[in-house]
Amino acid sequence: MSTLSETSTVGALHSVPGSGRSSLSPGIGRWLLNAFVGLVLTFLLLPTLIVVPMSLGEASYIQFPPKGLTLKWYQAYFADPDWMDATWFSLKTALATTAAATVIGTLASFALVRGNLPGARALQALTLAPLIVPHIVLAVALYLVFAPIGLTGNFLGFAIAHTMLSVPYVMLTVSAALQRIDPALELAALNCGASRARAFWHVVLPNIAPGVAAGAVFAFLASFDEATVAFFISGVEGKTITRKLFEDIDYNLTPVIAAASTVMVVLSLVLMGGVEWLRSRGASREI
Amino acid sequence: MANPTATTPDRSLAGQLSRPASLVLALPLVLLLGFAFLLPVAKLLIGSAFAPTLTGEHWLRIVQESIFLRILLRTVQTAAIVTILAFLLGYPVALVMSRLGGRAAMLVAACVLIPLWTSVLVRSYAWIVLLQRTGIVNSTLQSWGLIDQPLRLIYTEGAVIVAMTHVLLPYMILPVFSSLRAIPPELDRAARNLGASPWTSFRAVTLPLSLPGVYAGATMVFILSLGFYVTPALVGGPQNLTIATLIGQQTTELLNWPFAGALAGLLLLVTLGLVAAFRRFLSFGKAA
Repeated sequence: MSTLSETSTVGALHSVPGSGRSSLSPGIGRWLLNAFVGLVLTFLLLPTLIVVPMSLGEASYIQFPPKGLTLKWYQAYFADPDWMDATWFSLKTALATTAAATVIGTLASFALVRGNLPGARALQALTLAPLIVPHIVLAVALYLVFAPIGLTGNFLGFAIAHTMLSVPYVMLTVSAALQRIDPALELAALNCGASRARAFWHVVLPNIAPGVAAGAVFAFLASFDEATVAFFISGVEGKTITRKLFEDIDYNLTPVIAAASTVMVVLSLVLMGGVEWLRSRGASREI
Repeated sequence: MANPTATTPDRSLAGQLSRPASLVLALPLVLLLGFAFLLPVAKLLIGSAFAPTLTGEHWLRIVQESIFLRILLRTVQTAAIVTILAFLLGYPVALVMSRLGGRAAMLVAACVLIPLWTSVLVRSYAWIVLLQRTGIVNSTLQSWGLIDQPLRLIYTEGAVIVAMTHVLLPYMILPVFSSLRAIPPELDRAARNLGASPWTSFRAVTLPLSLPGVYAGATMVFILSLGFYVTPALVGGPQNLTIATLIGQQTTELLNWPFAGALAGLLLLVTLGLVAAFRRFLSFGKAA
């Protein structure tokens, strides 16, 4: 659901040039409002970023402000085979999910937007369902189906489950992109004799590339950051970094968790920042 | 002369794909959702009613045993409180954000989006770091001499409410911001020119026009709060179960799958019901 609001929000930020809108009269009211908003923004940012200083402190218990800067928790994280296995498993799964969700989602979006599908509206609703249904319901349901056929705790099971969770994001961004481009471009290519596939590959795809890329990033993060389903379908053989975090928070609360969390945060911010940068470049090119 | 009974080529339908082609392209999606979504959910629901023969005992148990009813009610209560808090905290942020321009607006937007982009698990862990006995809040209060003994902050209902409000706040701020941004600034200026104070202009002009965004945000926050697992699991503990953590407990600890299925089914029905009932508010957020 986050991508829906973000699209309209960041679009609004980019499209209307700033200022001149402020119409609160100066004085105590405005100062109070700004102070309150400042507090809320701190409330929003502080817990998100607190893992960073926590991962750098010397003490093995929680200490604030952290005394003695050290990278030893990061060293412990990178040296621990359990953590590295979990991280690598999460990365593998996320990459496979991204590839599968992007391909499946893009093709299906094309069929929905440009095609002639019976029950298109039902399919659209079904596509959004993984976003709406609480993950705990999906987690428990998936375990019920996967456990008897040996799909828990392994790469294939995770790839299938996460692709299901991620494909809605791809379909949302790609459908939006398909609806924005001019269908005449594709028609022109077809009229010049291109096959449907060639027209798609050479004309449509380059034009929807930013939408596909954004969908791919959302799919990656949806898989990598996902905690609830991962908790339930992990096993000894296949455990994600989120499941490992869950376990260690319960049984082994050390700053290594903060180091692993920081790694996850940095990865998320770099990827999402990249999407934003792409979007702002695209927006500035639009007339 | 063209054969009048020949089928029209699909290209005449403004570039539409033929039906067979559409079906082929959509097939992987249908297979994926069928196997990984419909089948598991169906199996869970059917298993709750057929254990092994048709029985309503698991569903009835939800309302018969008071402890489960209490958990359900507490989940709804928590969701309502979180929604109200999210509104009270988030509306001012959206208001200020909508009135800023350029750099400042970007900065505020970053403060809202950065938490949204980080994993819920990491943010919930941060609340443990903040609220535990030897955590940051207690250490700070003790070092300032305000308390002698550490306060019991974590594994309380309050901790769940605060942490969930933190996690869900961006989902309130963003739709409200969108709807505020869509209000033409001339309206406020017109009201002021006619003699209204800033507060009156806000109350009579801005606030009513921003309500669609408020409803969208409130609906999203409420529905998300109901089904949330990670944050209540980490910050609430076994004493403060929500329906989601109860479902988890029934499966992992008690292995009571039919009952967990009934609970999950109830949560699913309530979620779908709310989405259907409030879908006209939710479609607001989709308008790009």
